[in-house]
Amino acid sequence: MEEKRRTQPFLEEVINVPGGEGVRLCIQCGTCTATCPSASRWEYTPSRIIAMIRAEMRDEVLSSSSMWHCLSCYFCTVRCPRGVKPTDLFHALESMAIQQGFRVTETRTPAMYRSFVSSIKGNGRVHEFGMMLRYYLTTNPLLALKMLPIGLKLFSHRRMPLLPRKVKGRDDLSKIVQKFREVRGR
Amino acid sequence: MTKYYTFYPGCSAEATAAGLFLSTQAIAKPLDMKLMELEDWTCCGSTPYGSLDGLESVAVATRNLALAEKTGFDLVTPCSSCFVTLAKANLQLKENPLLMSQVNEALAVANLEYHGDVRVRLLMEVLLNDITPEVIATKVKQPLSGLKVAPYYGCQEARPNFGFDDPEDPQSLERLLESLGAEAVPYPLKNHCCGGALVISEEDLALDLMRKLLANAVENGAQCLATPCPLCQTNLDAYQSRVNSKFKTNYSLPVLFITQLMGIAFGLNNQELGLKTNIVPVDTVLANYI
Repeated sequence: MEEKRRTQPFLEEVINVPGGEGVRLCIQCGTCTATCPSASRWEYTPSRIIAMIRAEMRDEVLSSSSMWHCLSCYFCTVRCPRGVKPTDLFHALESMAIQQGFRVTETRTPAMYRSFVSSIKGNGRVHEFGMMLRYYLTTNPLLALKMLPIGLKLFSHRRMPLLPRKVKGRDDLSKIVQKFREVRGR
Repeated sequence: MTKYYTFYPGCSAEATAAGLFLSTQAIAKPLDMKLMELEDWTCCGSTPYGSLDGLESVAVATRNLALAEKTGFDLVTPCSSCFVTLAKANLQLKENPLLMSQVNEALAVANLEYHGDVRVRLLMEVLLNDITPEVIATKVKQPLSGLKVAPYYGCQEARPNFGFDDPEDPQSLERLLESLGAEAVPYPLKNHCCGGALVISEEDLALDLMRKLLANAVENGAQCLATPCPLCQTNLDAYQSRVNSKFKTNYSLPVLFITQLMGIAFGLNNQELGLKTNIVPVDTVLANYI
């Protein structure tokens, strides 16, 4: 499967994942970039990433930290005159980067997402305190100290239970995920 | 006549957004809504799951849709992010029969099956369309007259457009605030982003966005913000002191859930509405009403 992906043109591959279908429609007007609240942090701007996909720059795109700055505000999606749905596209690129083993070092967003998902897998629901703890331990434990005042505020206002509530459905959820992987791998 | 819904609180309701959960439960009674919590629900997956594995995240969301389908009622969530995630999964399954059959094959291991028949709805939309501002106004015992509120929508209440509010100029909070007797001040940044979950990994970026939101509310004479979104509330409430120390500002703007303001106007008690969970103190601004 991995082999097939890599021999396929990148543009083709992007178009075939949910969220990537619109790339061909882009007219490079730059509305997505102009409208993006985090564009100044992107290594390559949103519209540039689309141009790079069409120029077959797989490694440059997937190893970039750019799309990891997408805030899911969906402004680009509702403003794109061609219906490209850039928000879905950037999340699809994140998925592809992870699945193809690209690692970005310029942002900790992937690590945060991983902590979030591992909390779901462990408890069935996200346990926010556990998620944060894992995130700081796997990235920079010193940052946890900086976060302490906010954590304490949330805790003292009864907004941060320390123990997770493991729900019954978590076993079913992991069985479903396991089976889904098997089914889609065929 | 009582209206029945299957209720999906979302994970934050059990922690950071306790105030949203409490106040939503509290206003349901006077509004004659029955919110029946979906039994044994699991996380919708939200943005992080979709970003790490787009397809698998659909399977994760659909477990909840399949459970909800069995209840026969619309699935209502107060969380903007859960709403977008569940509604999007619903749409993807409809548009992609192969994905639907793969997800169903996976669901079968837990004796579940999904047919695509659940209507996913945001609490805000239900309040507007099923309950209506006119009826809400009739439940008001303590009008919020004179209270100047910045209506803060955040992003995922109105975008991407799932057929509800206007993505560029949403109006539902203004309509609800008006029905409570409060004054919604003009708030040009009302549907701009607070930084969302990236406040954790890209704090500087998020603090900068929050500073703009707070400044814009104050410039327009707001005494507090009202929002429907659990993440927006947590960011603006818990990180407000961080904005102040970073930008040498002195904001002290209470950030209330719209459901908390509704409860106050309905004359419900503070405890029920979770007002003690608010970090920026609300007492001074709300002194005339609570």
